[in-house]
Amino acid sequence: MLAGYPRADGRKGIRNVAVVVYLVECAHHVARGIAAGFDDDAVHLIGFPGCYPNAYALDMLEKLCTHPNVGAALLVSLGCEGFDRRRLARVIEASSRPVRTIAIQETGGTTKTIAAGREWIAQALSLLAAQAPVPMRIDELTVGTICGGSDATSGLTANPAMGIAFDLLVGEGATTIFEETGELIGMEHLMAARAANAALGEELKRTVAKAAEYYATLGYASFAPGNADGGLTTIEEKLLGAYAKSGQSTIDGIVKPGIAPPKPGLYLLDVVPDGEVRFGFPNINDNAEIAELIACGSQVILFSTGRGSVVGSAIAPVIKVCANPETYKRMEADMDVDAGRILEGRATLPAVGREIYELVQRVGNGERTKSEALGHREFILTYKSFDPLGPACLPT
Amino acid sequence: MENSDAPAVMRLSPRDNIAVALRPLKAGEAVVLDGVTLTVERNTAVGHKLAAQPIAAGELILKYSCPIGTATQAIAPGAYVHTHNVESNYLPTYTLPG
Repeated sequence: MLAGYPRADGRKGIRNVAVVVYLVECAHHVARGIAAGFDDDAVHLIGFPGCYPNAYALDMLEKLCTHPNVGAALLVSLGCEGFDRRRLARVIEASSRPVRTIAIQETGGTTKTIAAGREWIAQALSLLAAQAPVPMRIDELTVGTICGGSDATSGLTANPAMGIAFDLLVGEGATTIFEETGELIGMEHLMAARAANAALGEELKRTVAKAAEYYATLGYASFAPGNADGGLTTIEEKLLGAYAKSGQSTIDGIVKPGIAPPKPGLYLLDVVPDGEVRFGFPNINDNAEIAELIACGSQVILFSTGRGSVVGSAIAPVIKVCANPETYKRMEADMDVDAGRILEGRATLPAVGREIYELVQRVGNGERTKSEALGHREFILTYKSFDPLGPACLPT
Repeated sequence: MENSDAPAVMRLSPRDNIAVALRPLKAGEAVVLDGVTLTVERNTAVGHKLAAQPIAAGELILKYSCPIGTATQAIAPGAYVHTHNVESNYLPTYTLPG
């Protein structure tokens, strides 16, 4: 059994954090100063650096500030940026969460704003501390999956083991989301065959074709030099391993950043922007994708790594599944699961899959992940542009 | 606590023309794959690939029964298989200079 904080929209959070949100880079330092004085389990810093308005960024921050793991939000504005702070505050207020906006220019500068912000956060934390978690079922959980710092062991151990954990979660009625269509190029026909219906299968193919075109225009695949150092020779080799994260379940739909799957099952998150290539790479790093998985309602993230990524995230705990036994030995303090045992003949894939599934439940019952305990609260949000979801993406 | 009897290399799918290292392999080391002895060309890290059989230039490299690229030169059994002798059929692989 899990433990969750009930929210007005019916969802439950497995954490109960206050977020401090900078609405432009010019407010970042002040927002950081407000958050810095508090226990970093309780207060997380998120925000958007741009001064020009962007519908995607506004939607992302609306979804993140009303995420089930979030109990209160303090918005920190410089005062003149393009971000629609009034709309964001209204959305959070309508979700029955405590919210306050402070503008640095009106409050009187850095020192006064930090003091005012800290005073508000202290009050918000006392409200959050008074809330008691209630029993929560697995079918109230949304789990996102991502791989980062992949090497040639990722597709042999951690990714297929996470796929088994995903199958177990789907079997128990949980909602699961996999992503990175740029790493699914060539997999579209296999995915289409797993789609809940033929029209969704066609949408899955279109989604991957869009990603292929986008990356071809930019000239780089979703492939870092460390992937090659780790023995991955080509993007297609990397993505065969990445695809294993999705398990074997029927694919129930496609979502885009900020859209919560409407019912339990397995969903693909389409992270590649629509329209002509604008704003650059679809996701500039792993944390941009994690933020999007969280904005789709993921309360916990499964993260597979072979080279040894250390990141966590603001808002949702990140469970690190280490694919490479040598990386695990070097970086054990950062890793939650040692999937490299499979290569050494010390564990089977199904056993590690079940271990991950059981750890998800313990984390859902309050157990801290390694990245949480180490204070990892990475967050990044950049410019993007999406069209509305097509009608075939979410079959009823 | 490695098991010394554990296999050193593994073919992930019967159709594959490459095998993956299950532990670090040393240059010159003899490893057995499906009853055939291969001589390891160079030191090979865990998860990295070596040719399981002779591979001709232009032949597809198969891993998990799936093509992961094309051989740019002939590759001898036991030889290391990576970016120096394989290229992507989609987008070029980016590595750091020098």
